[in-house]
Amino acid sequence: MFAQSLKMAWSAITSNKMRSFLTMLGIIIGVMSLVVLVSLVNGATGAVTSEIGSLGNDMISVTIRDDKGSPLRLENLAEIASDGAIAQVAPSGTMAATAKNGYSDASVSVNGTTASYYEIQGLELSYGRFIKTTDVDNSSYVVVLSYNAADELFGMDDIVGESISINGRNFQVIGVLAEDTSMMSGMMGGLSVYVPFTVQSRMAGQPYITSLSVAAANDTDTAQTAVENYLLKRFQQDEDAFTISNMSSISDAMGTITSTLSLLLGGIAAISLLVGGIGIMNIMLVSVTERTKEIGIRKAIGAGRKSIMMQFLIEALMVSLLGCIFGLLLSWGILSLVTMIAGSISFSMSLGVVGVAVGFSSCIGLIFGLYPANKAARKHPIEALRYEG
Amino acid sequence: MTAASKPIITMQNITKIYNIGGEEVRALDGASLTIHEGEFVSIIGPSGSGKSTMMNIIGCLDVADEGEYMLDGQSIEQYSEEELARIRNKKIGFIFQSFNLLSRMTAMENVELPLIYQRLPVEARKKKTNAALERVGLTDRGHHKPTELSGGQQQRVAIARALATEPAILLADEPTGNLDTKTGNDIMSLFHELHAAGNTIVLITHSEEVANQAQCRIRIIDGRVTEVE
Ligand SMILES: Nc1ncnc2c1ncn2[C@@H]1O[C@H](COP(=O)(O)OP(=O)(O)OP(=O)(O)O)[C@@H](O)[C@H]1O
Ligand SMILES: [Mg+2]
Repeated sequence: MFAQSLKMAWSAITSNKMRSFLTMLGIIIGVMSLVVLVSLVNGATGAVTSEIGSLGNDMISVTIRDDKGSPLRLENLAEIASDGAIAQVAPSGTMAATAKNGYSDASVSVNGTTASYYEIQGLELSYGRFIKTTDVDNSSYVVVLSYNAADELFGMDDIVGESISINGRNFQVIGVLAEDTSMMSGMMGGLSVYVPFTVQSRMAGQPYITSLSVAAANDTDTAQTAVENYLLKRFQQDEDAFTISNMSSISDAMGTITSTLSLLLGGIAAISLLVGGIGIMNIMLVSVTERTKEIGIRKAIGAGRKSIMMQFLIEALMVSLLGCIFGLLLSWGILSLVTMIAGSISFSMSLGVVGVAVGFSSCIGLIFGLYPANKAARKHPIEALRYEG
Repeated sequence: MTAASKPIITMQNITKIYNIGGEEVRALDGASLTIHEGEFVSIIGPSGSGKSTMMNIIGCLDVADEGEYMLDGQSIEQYSEEELARIRNKKIGFIFQSFNLLSRMTAMENVELPLIYQRLPVEARKKKTNAALERVGLTDRGHHKPTELSGGQQQRVAIARALATEPAILLADEPTGNLDTKTGNDIMSLFHELHAAGNTIVLITHSEEVANQAQCRIRIIDGRVTEVE
């Protein structure tokens, strides 16, 4: 009986392919938006999370907003670093500037820092060396270029010994970083160059440290507490004088944002699925009316309410599940395409989201099929037989 | 009519009332009749006299407003809707004036349909379907759709569908009304054969000639049984 009902539903659906397709369209679009949006968010989250992980969770960033009359100087960093929980400390003063090499110029972001920055940030050189303590002490006009900056200014990266000008001053290139293929750098954009902190602070007219990175010796949280205590003491116990964060707190926040986002997008997609369900109900109601005579005939030759009910329910379910399958296939296509275009991130449908899509579509087929099916099942056989469409 | 045959259909004062625009139409007005097992009965009457209404009640497609109807010794009021559907499926074979075939299905699928509702396994269904189609001489037209068949052939498919379940009662509402004389005669001789084979047949008609071929005639006028001969 069940197999027969499937066969009947199939023949009813295929007897009017265009209409069935249009009915399915709502579900197709709903499933597609659900699966694609959720997969995109998940894929991006996965990429960002692994990115943050690769940056190292033991890095702590501090930004000073109000120095309370006792600004932080380079000498003070040694005091912070003397704490056992802290491995290394580096300042980072940033300013925007124009870098020139002959006729080519570019807007760059100049980072003034010290030697320890290299390890704290986990940077990698492909040529030359990074800034040394002596460069900082002597305020040498030397610069380390990021791969992108070198590429922009020179069109190549083997340029150690060349010189460039930054805001009119001449700098000697002492090193070039390896190309950073991570998504983070892609997202941040911009061209970075690194110079000794003393040089940058003189150029920017900012002799104090407003931003620093700290590497923990062992445990990130103890290190963070140590930095916090030092700064609190220095800034008269004012917690608002500075902000301190580490990568794991950033990635936690990131996780919360993305899960909220995927819930939100999934919700919107679910609404479009709901609309698709209403489309199914609408067409099923039309179909039940059109097939009144058929229902009368079936009842006359012995179909009970349950059989009629089942027939129309299965039909509604089949329409929504077929729509779901088409939607999943299309989503798969779209995600493959996006993965191809995006390159570095791979977006895939998780089994979970497929399950949700299938489950939701079946529920919608059932719920919105129920009313038309019941209407069909309750038709009076004689009145149905007398119906002339 | 032998004393041994038991009544299969008994109607007592059956009344069916329709309300059309506030006006009461008594399609059946206290009709009584008895039909025995194995009988070939014709119901005759002018148009609008309530013949079809009577057939619908006999066939459990409709229920009377008043009176008692016993099928096989059981009062119909005792059955639920689902049980009535099962009775229509197993005990009764309908043959409609307008064929009432499902146009999307082939002749074979149409004949098979009541067997599907009986939940028979595939092999049994195929066997019975083929036997029924053979009975009406349409074996070679099994894969045609109703629209590809002539009126007489369609009526034969409808008869095959009614026969497929081997019902206790065959109910035919003007089965020859839409057909020419020759085809009509063919159908009638099929009914004679079925009667000879022991089927109970109730045939509705407004043609005296057709009615006279039956064993027993019941005349209806204005919803009342006026004459049994
Ligand atoms: N569903 C209905 N609603 C309202 N009135 C109906 C309905 N069915 C039948 N009637 C009325 O009941 C009366 C008997 O109808 P019925 O169909 O039984 O006649 P009939 O004897 O079969 O006629 P015919 O030979 O033309 O088929 C008619 O007056 C008809 O108008
Ligand atoms: Mg009639």
